[in-house]
Amino acid sequence: MGNLKLTNVTKAFGALTVLHGIDLTIDNGKFVVFVGPSGCGKSTLLRIIAGLEDISAGGIEIGGRDVVQLSPAERKIAMVFQSYALYPHMSVRKNLAFGLENLKFKRSEIETRIGEAARMLAIEPYLDRKPRQLSGGQRQRVAIGRAIVRNPDIFLFDEPLSNLDAALRVQTRAEITRLHRQLRTTMIYVTHDQVEAMTMADEIVVLNAGRIEQVGTPLELFDNPRNLFVAGFLGSPRMNMLKGQVTAMGEAGVTIDAGYGAPLAASIDPTAAKVGQAVLVGIRPAHFSVGDEGLPFVVQYHESLGTETYVYGTLEGRDEPIIVHQTGHFAPRAGDLLRIMPLSGRVHVFDPDSGLALLQSVRQRSDVHEHA
Amino acid sequence: MSQGLSPIAFLTRTRRPGRIGVTDILSWAWLVLGTLAVLIPVVWAGLSSFKPAAEITRFPPTLLPRAAVQQTVPGFDAPLSLWTVDVDGQRREMAMVRRIGLKAQMVDPSNPGPPVSVDVKNMSPVQRLTIATENYTDPLTRFDFLTFLKNSVFVTFVATLLTLVVNALAAFALSKYRFRGEKAIFVLIISTLMIPLTVVMVPAYLVVVGVGLVDSLWGIIIPTVASPTGVFLLRQYMLTIPDELIEAARVDAASEFRIFWRIILPLTAPALAVLAIFSVLWRWNDFLWPLIVLSSRENFTLQVGLNAFQGEFSVQWNYILAMTFLSLAPVTVVFLFLQKYITTGIAGTGMK
Repeated sequence: MGNLKLTNVTKAFGALTVLHGIDLTIDNGKFVVFVGPSGCGKSTLLRIIAGLEDISAGGIEIGGRDVVQLSPAERKIAMVFQSYALYPHMSVRKNLAFGLENLKFKRSEIETRIGEAARMLAIEPYLDRKPRQLSGGQRQRVAIGRAIVRNPDIFLFDEPLSNLDAALRVQTRAEITRLHRQLRTTMIYVTHDQVEAMTMADEIVVLNAGRIEQVGTPLELFDNPRNLFVAGFLGSPRMNMLKGQVTAMGEAGVTIDAGYGAPLAASIDPTAAKVGQAVLVGIRPAHFSVGDEGLPFVVQYHESLGTETYVYGTLEGRDEPIIVHQTGHFAPRAGDLLRIMPLSGRVHVFDPDSGLALLQSVRQRSDVHEHA
Repeated sequence: MSQGLSPIAFLTRTRRPGRIGVTDILSWAWLVLGTLAVLIPVVWAGLSSFKPAAEITRFPPTLLPRAAVQQTVPGFDAPLSLWTVDVDGQRREMAMVRRIGLKAQMVDPSNPGPPVSVDVKNMSPVQRLTIATENYTDPLTRFDFLTFLKNSVFVTFVATLLTLVVNALAAFALSKYRFRGEKAIFVLIISTLMIPLTVVMVPAYLVVVGVGLVDSLWGIIIPTVASPTGVFLLRQYMLTIPDELIEAARVDAASEFRIFWRIILPLTAPALAVLAIFSVLWRWNDFLWPLIVLSSRENFTLQVGLNAFQGEFSVQWNYILAMTFLSLAPVTVVFLFLQKYITTGIAGTGMK
């Protein structure tokens, strides 16, 4: 069925290695999102799974079969391309039928499947039109329909929403999620948009420079990023980073001095750190409270979105930009000095040399590491 | 762009509204002269193809096909030509019996009496508009025009078809597959454009002799099928077809040939049409190569056949013109049907 196992998948274009030994297991029926900055190898990995690219080393199994030597069609996968790649000279009906005709399906079976897919995606009125007569959203649905009629074990989506406008993107996102609930088929979805990743995924795979940084559910990744890259990549705006030093150990965690005489409590495993160690403290913009005491924050400007406000500035006397998020209306003036304090349990601590997060204390830790 | 514009408004447009500038005059002059320069030879050839043999070489040349009128006059065996003559201050139509130096002997055709001597300065031939259809009917019946036509059509049709398929296959490989030496092969193919036909003619003929295709229509068709121009034209067009379409077809379980046949070929249609027009023109007008390869009359193509009217001592212009005019027709028809592709062939695929 649609479970996928990658072992040590390596891909090199000449001297340039773009994927370094990817190991990944995807269970049947999961919605998995590959996310990462451009050039991280996520699309290449998807194309390797599809069989459109050879691998330099490693193994791929779909449903327990070794598929490395198999063609895309034999792998029982279907793919939705970024540009939709609809055949421009064929009607929508022919586009949907093409794959089935190649597989020598009976005419009646083809008609039935097209009918079902068209109903599911509400593209019945356009079946006899050419792709150029359709809007972007309709083309997108036809592209998905072409994948559905094949009844594949795995759906592959390569940034399918990047050509749609914002409103349509939100709508199509919901439709794809609904489709996944309906079909219960494994779907692998590539995007560089972390909002898509967070909202759609059962499981997110964060890739960077040809390596998997972390695998987990969206909230696991958000709450317990394994390293600086994941911490910085997920969450918008980015996580704030402060330099600090471990000053004391306790039962529930450690105390970190980030300057200004305001000690920060971080609930990390005391055995993972030692007193005097230099660390990076990560705090998401939304995890500050503004009050009477805490770090001195000099306001530069703010953006009011109505329901929320982002305040941009720096800590007094330092250069690193800091962003503070507040709900509702909040209008500090430029040059104002605010006192900000991280919320308890929301402080991430990283080793500045390795970039790895220091182990969270048991209370905070979840099953995220089982995937890694 | 010019929708809703009446033909008159379209033709009388000027660069600046309401003012006729130098640009307008120059462009009109250029267009009119250009049109005439292109049109006059064709029209003249067409009109001349209806002239009797003697009229074509007449000086000064005439535009319309006319012929001297002849009439049988009692008492004379051969028909005599009619002339308008000024005799005794009055103008009459008379038949000429013979001409001696500056004098001609004339008789009245309706009332033949003793011939009258007339000064040639005072006479001019009587001519009527006649259409010499025998220019067309003679070659069609006496010469093997239909055989030549059949051969030409066969060569043009088969060679064009093969040209399209073979060049499209090569272009597909060169544009959509990555392999070692791909660039080198492409450059090699293109560089053959720089070798003139006359240089390869003898070796090519030797090859044709070697494979036993001399005096066979296949001997004309096969050597011309793969053309660097065609490969180049189609490859450049196919490069504009997105690779994702091919990948989508691979995911859709299409074989490589099916991808070529069902996806690439239909999408290359505009470029194929352009190549088809070129190919038809080349094959149809080709003269030198068929002349070299073909030796027996029943294998002649039209262009080689036309050459038969051109003997060592005489040229039968009337037949050449008539048959040339006939041989223009198929190419014109092909061009009329495919001409819109010449411009759209340059435009993109319209994918997004």
